[in-house]
Amino acid sequence: MINRYPLWKNLLIVAIVALGIIYALPNIFGADPAVQISAERGNKVDVALRDRVMQSLDSAHFAYKGYSLANGMLQVRFTDTDTQLKAFEAIRQLLGDGFVVAQNLVPATPAWLNEVSAKPMYLGLDLRGGVHLLLEVDMSAVEKQAIERYEGDLRSHLQQERVPYSSVTAKGNLVEMKFRDAAERDKAQEVIHSYNRTLVLTSADSAEGYILNAAPSEQEMRDQRNFAVKQNITTLRNRVNASGVAEPVIQQQGDNRIVVQLPGVQDAADVQRLIGATATLEYHMVDEEHSVQDALAGRVPPNSRIYYKRDGNPVLLMKQVIVKGDQIIDAAQGFEQQTGRPLVSVTLNNQGAMRMLDNTKKNVGKLMAVVYIENRPETQVVDGKTEHVTRRVEEVISVATIQGVFGKNFQTTGLDSPEEARTLALLLRAGALAAPMEIVEVRTVGPSLGKENIAKGFHSNIYGFAAIAIFMLFYYRVFGLFSVISLAVNAILMVAVLSIIQATLTLPGMAGIALTIGMAIDANVLINERIREELRAGNTPHASIHAGYERAFGTILDSNVTTLIAGIALLWLGSGPVRGFAVVLCIGILTSMFSAVVVSRGIVNLVYGRKARIARLSI
Amino acid sequence: MEIFHPKKDIPFMSYGKLTTTISLVTFIIAVAALAIRGLNLSVDFTGGTDMEVNYAQTADLGAIRSALEQDGWKDAAVQNYGTSRDVLVRLPLVQGLSSSQLSDKVMALLKTKDASATLRRVEFVGPQVGEELYENGGLALIVVAFGIMAYLALRFEWRFAVAAIIANMHDVVIILGMFALFQWEFSLTVLAGVLAVLGYSVNESVVVFDRVRENFRKMRKASVPEIIDNAITRTMSRTVITHFSTQLAVLAMFFFGGEPLHYFATALTIGILFGIYSSVLVASPIAMWLGISHENLAPVVKEGADLDEHPML
Repeated sequence: MINRYPLWKNLLIVAIVALGIIYALPNIFGADPAVQISAERGNKVDVALRDRVMQSLDSAHFAYKGYSLANGMLQVRFTDTDTQLKAFEAIRQLLGDGFVVAQNLVPATPAWLNEVSAKPMYLGLDLRGGVHLLLEVDMSAVEKQAIERYEGDLRSHLQQERVPYSSVTAKGNLVEMKFRDAAERDKAQEVIHSYNRTLVLTSADSAEGYILNAAPSEQEMRDQRNFAVKQNITTLRNRVNASGVAEPVIQQQGDNRIVVQLPGVQDAADVQRLIGATATLEYHMVDEEHSVQDALAGRVPPNSRIYYKRDGNPVLLMKQVIVKGDQIIDAAQGFEQQTGRPLVSVTLNNQGAMRMLDNTKKNVGKLMAVVYIENRPETQVVDGKTEHVTRRVEEVISVATIQGVFGKNFQTTGLDSPEEARTLALLLRAGALAAPMEIVEVRTVGPSLGKENIAKGFHSNIYGFAAIAIFMLFYYRVFGLFSVISLAVNAILMVAVLSIIQATLTLPGMAGIALTIGMAIDANVLINERIREELRAGNTPHASIHAGYERAFGTILDSNVTTLIAGIALLWLGSGPVRGFAVVLCIGILTSMFSAVVVSRGIVNLVYGRKARIARLSI
Repeated sequence: MEIFHPKKDIPFMSYGKLTTTISLVTFIIAVAALAIRGLNLSVDFTGGTDMEVNYAQTADLGAIRSALEQDGWKDAAVQNYGTSRDVLVRLPLVQGLSSSQLSDKVMALLKTKDASATLRRVEFVGPQVGEELYENGGLALIVVAFGIMAYLALRFEWRFAVAAIIANMHDVVIILGMFALFQWEFSLTVLAGVLAVLGYSVNESVVVFDRVRENFRKMRKASVPEIIDNAITRTMSRTVITHFSTQLAVLAMFFFGGEPLHYFATALTIGILFGIYSSVLVASPIAMWLGISHENLAPVVKEGADLDEHPML
């Protein structure tokens, strides 16, 4: 009984194949175009809102497939993109400000599959349509800004410490300070060293005078560059989320690049306007003499205005601006020394410092607020015409009590978490010095093209598989059938694994599936040919089956490892769609080993294993 | 059903002169094509803008070209893409103009000539990104070649590793040469196909070498060419069937995959066809010339010791 698997092995195979089928299943249901609504600034997406939206859709006779309200998000699914687009505009007009309305593709997976968290594969932009952008942060500008900041900083520090100098200038990647004599230079060196230990100070005396060069350390510059990228990502994410794009991907790539993927977005120009948007900050005093309730009721004092916090609560602020965003030099997250609580320390330029000093002298113990202002570009459809407008979004990001008199440097404390401190610091900086970015790669795919690509990839797979199946049945008869079954299992497992790991499926990825199926048959052919050869050599059918599988295995392993090497190299060095291809290739190789060797053997064993003698094999 | 069932071993090794000549000639043509015409690199590698524009009727390429030229787009390349109604406009990098401004301008121009023009796809690749993709592509090729060589050296013998990699790099050069000769567009996807085929057709050499090693153990008295001839003859059926099956999948891609997969499938087809040829008729002779022998593949084992089929497994 050499051709029998123990029961546990058969059960294991059945279990794996069954799991494979379940997790591959969501992919056949496709996706519905949907409109999703989520709340912004203290608004709530609740049952009342759902009813309001659904009523308006009903009265306008929009045919929808279904809707769901979960996790503060309302999703309405439609049968076609045309209705989706119209409903999207209608809902946007209905709800107005305070809600984010977005178009999305929602998998039409049945509930019981959702229960076991079986999800379809994630479609890449070339299949669902959308914009892929690669942005590069201008690092030379970041470095220049940093040096210029040090220039101002060192100059004012030397003044403060009363060290006479003839000039302080930013030169390339360092700040050059000139003095009249060596004593002054040494004094300056001492003063600066105790002020900032990370600066690398070198004296470079020349005929022009006594010179001291200050350069930020490599670590410092690295932090600056890193921070610039992180901050740009934060700003981008804020803007993209507010623009209502569903499932955006915004990630850092390499040292200085940012990938932005916006599914469903048609117009790359829209996105570029989004990136070009500007943000700034304003410090205002809180109007504590008047009540917010009165103001909300319509009695707004002439010198004040109502602003809203992130959580939607109103605050009454004085109209007068104390300090503006461009006067902020730096904002960094830190911790209080005694209590260890999070804080944000802010540095102002000299002009800002003077105004802040004036203000704090008069207002110790009073509340001061920071308003974040962003000019968001938006596209609206008015009477069938698209219009580009910029919307000014104002948001109070922090309200704090002035604890004492301060000017250039101060701290904002009373923050709940380091997370909050980080966000505040990022927002403060975002208003101050967004590093310029350049678009280095754009790939836009229209939605109809995406659909066509899916069809193309699907047809390649179906016809390829059918052709191979017919040929195998014709050439190897019953063993051909075993091969075809194991090939089908391979395809199912491959799709299942890709779905489970939520790999991004691209058109090259679909080609990869077709190719892997074509290549996976190699293992079956190797086995079948071996069995034939063993039979020809005069061995019994049982011995031939056994020897065929055993001997072919080493070869199958070797040949798959070489392809795997190619797949891994592509995974490592490839980008975008090609990486999608590489993922498929690698997974396909692993699943094909299992299906060709284990599954097909299992079937062969089931069919022939029970018989003590087989007259002949159909191969 | 069986197609290949030769009664006697085919003396492949005696065709050495012929196959070497064929290989050398195709290789030289390929290298010459690469040197003279160069690869028609896609925007992935060169940087620039690709715009796919769809028209309601058959697009008049001449009119589009002259319209672009009149507007100052001297270096714009215009060609059909898949169907006669789809047009691919390729623009070189323009200083001081962002990609969206560029595509907006060109689309506005095309729309004035034919209002039915709709933009289906835009790909803009900056010069630096293009250069990086180019470098990474080259690096990937080297990594794959050395990775496979290292594996084969470990699993078999360095002579096999060198022979297999020479045979398969010969395939890669021929694929690239064909792309240069016919000026087919060489994109990232095609490169992925080339690398996949490199990993795939090495399989071929692996299968033959596996047999060669097995034969060295079994056929102790046979000469090296006889052993190789026998190995190739006995694996030939599998070779042809496997490649035919894979080619079926690739053909489906070629016919149904549309324009984006067209050249990918083309590269695979060339790779598969030359893969058969080179791994059988190039790799084996090279391995023979490098001096594979009973001594370095199947050293005589002491009486009573187990004859392990797969010593490394």
